[in-house]
Amino acid sequence: MVPFGLFFLVPLLAMLDFSTRKIGGGGRTWQAWRNLVQDDQLYHAITISLGLAASTVAVMLALLVPTMIWVRLRTPWAGRLIEFLCLLPLTIPALVIVVGLKGVYAWVTYFLGESALTLAFIYVVLVLPYAYRAIDAALSAIDVNTLSEAARSLGAGWATTILRVVVPNIWSGILSAAFISIAIVLGEYTIASLSGYQNLQVVIVLLGKSDGPTSVAASLATLLFGMVLLLLLSLVSRGRRAADTDVTTGVVAPAPTTVAERS
Amino acid sequence: MADPRPAGHPAGLAVDLLDLTRHYGRVRALDGLTLRIEPGELVALLGPSGCGKTTALRILAGLDQATSGEVQVAGRDITRVPANKRDMGMVFQAYSLFPHLTVADNVAFGLKLRGVDHGRRRSRAHEVLELVGLSEHAHRYAHQLSGGQQQRVALARALAIEPSVLLLDEPLSALDAKVRVQLRDEIRRVQLEVGTTTLFVTHDQEEALAVADRVGVMKGGRLEQLAAPAELYANPATPFVAEFVGLSNRLAAEVRDGQVHVLGASLPLLPGSISTGSGTAMVRPEALGLSPDADGTATVTAVAFLGPFSRVHCALPDGTAVSAQMSSSAAREFSAGDRVRIDVERSGVLVVPQ
Repeated sequence: MVPFGLFFLVPLLAMLDFSTRKIGGGGRTWQAWRNLVQDDQLYHAITISLGLAASTVAVMLALLVPTMIWVRLRTPWAGRLIEFLCLLPLTIPALVIVVGLKGVYAWVTYFLGESALTLAFIYVVLVLPYAYRAIDAALSAIDVNTLSEAARSLGAGWATTILRVVVPNIWSGILSAAFISIAIVLGEYTIASLSGYQNLQVVIVLLGKSDGPTSVAASLATLLFGMVLLLLLSLVSRGRRAADTDVTTGVVAPAPTTVAERS
Repeated sequence: MADPRPAGHPAGLAVDLLDLTRHYGRVRALDGLTLRIEPGELVALLGPSGCGKTTALRILAGLDQATSGEVQVAGRDITRVPANKRDMGMVFQAYSLFPHLTVADNVAFGLKLRGVDHGRRRSRAHEVLELVGLSEHAHRYAHQLSGGQQQRVALARALAIEPSVLLLDEPLSALDAKVRVQLRDEIRRVQLEVGTTTLFVTHDQEEALAVADRVGVMKGGRLEQLAAPAELYANPATPFVAEFVGLSNRLAAEVRDGQVHVLGASLPLLPGSISTGSGTAMVRPEALGLSPDADGTATVTAVAFLGPFSRVHCALPDGTAVSAQMSSSAAREFSAGDRVRIDVERSGVLVVPQ
């Protein structure tokens, strides 16, 4: 456990050390960390990356959650096809995706402009395999068909069934998909760089050529943000597991007295 | 029989399934099923797996569509009405409580969808939970309840919306034997109290006979017989019913002069029997009596102790196996190898072609 912890901790401490060291003199400074919000280029890149993460998650959830629930409930025969399509990006290198989507992106930029936020469309494809697995695991953990039939027999339409019965019960899977997607988007370099957009990772690389400490501070901040997200995910999952195992398997309560007995 | 429903309580509505068919590809799950359930009546559909009983229930619930035929409630055609507009309460075989809601919220779910205000929802939820004896568990979640408790909450949830029809799809099959019997009796008590017309699907004959006003035995998508439990047991209309409901000995018999001659006794014929000639008589084990007799034609092969009663298995000279059922105290005087005489109780017997 200790070697394992040191394996991860030492590089992080080294990054912290380097990012707070005064270049050309002794002592410490937090200037590199202040640059994260004071350096316009870096600040802009951070907001772009956070915006990309938020829009990627929004589009991914809007596409994937209803589709996967609907496939489970109404078109189970399409399950294999959806799984295949969602896992496909795993097998395609980022370079191929960028080249392949160049033609499509001519239209995207024509309609939506040159904003770096348009990268969200590619990132949705990129995060699909991980998000699919997380949501699929959550859906497999509940009896979606019986729950939805119970809801419908009680008077719920399809939208109510999905929003008020299925979604609350796959919430941990949705959170997992969202957090993993955010982590992937914040760490993505290849596609942004090849597409000519400046997200956080691209700017970190650029900064690394002129301002090492700020570049390392930004990298460490991104790493820590990702770790906090994963920690949150772990806490949410653990909370859910704890709730699931808090079973009070008491004996069946005694039957109430019958009308005849009461009278 | 006196009406067990509380005075002033609304009776249920009549349900008609008219010539229902349901095909899954080449498989005919339902083959012209016609069934009427009277207002406030509890009808159990009984049959082996694949006989179409659950399909019939799901079509009535609106969760499946008939290939042809009609579903009516109180004379109104609801065949094309979606499940969420049918106003039917349903309890499923699998546990179906919403895991993210408390017991009280589960029970109030249907009422919330109907726009019932918060206060009335709470009081109605409490009322039906009290009916199933679980009001003290209102703030628990499904995972904090036993299987039997979950099914009782599911029953309360189905009843909370005051459904026109209550549908029970093998609600006891996932429970252990003791809880099953307890909950079975409770379902019947609650159904009598609220007076809701109920369709109960089960493959357990004891369950069906114990709770239902009438039992419909299904086979191959068709209704073989629909009758009161005692009538069904005593006067099975077909060999399948005779064998599926209770045990039956299959004995060689001769029919002549409107009587069946079997094991040396002359007995009345049940409707549906062959009118003359040789056949197979379906004789209940409890209709047979044994007495020790060194000159008897039958030999005891085994005695099976079943608690309050026992089953004594015998062999006839031609090798035919016969079972007689009696109290365990009476069965104590028999053991394997004993010679016995078999007497047949004088009751109606179904005789089918050999």
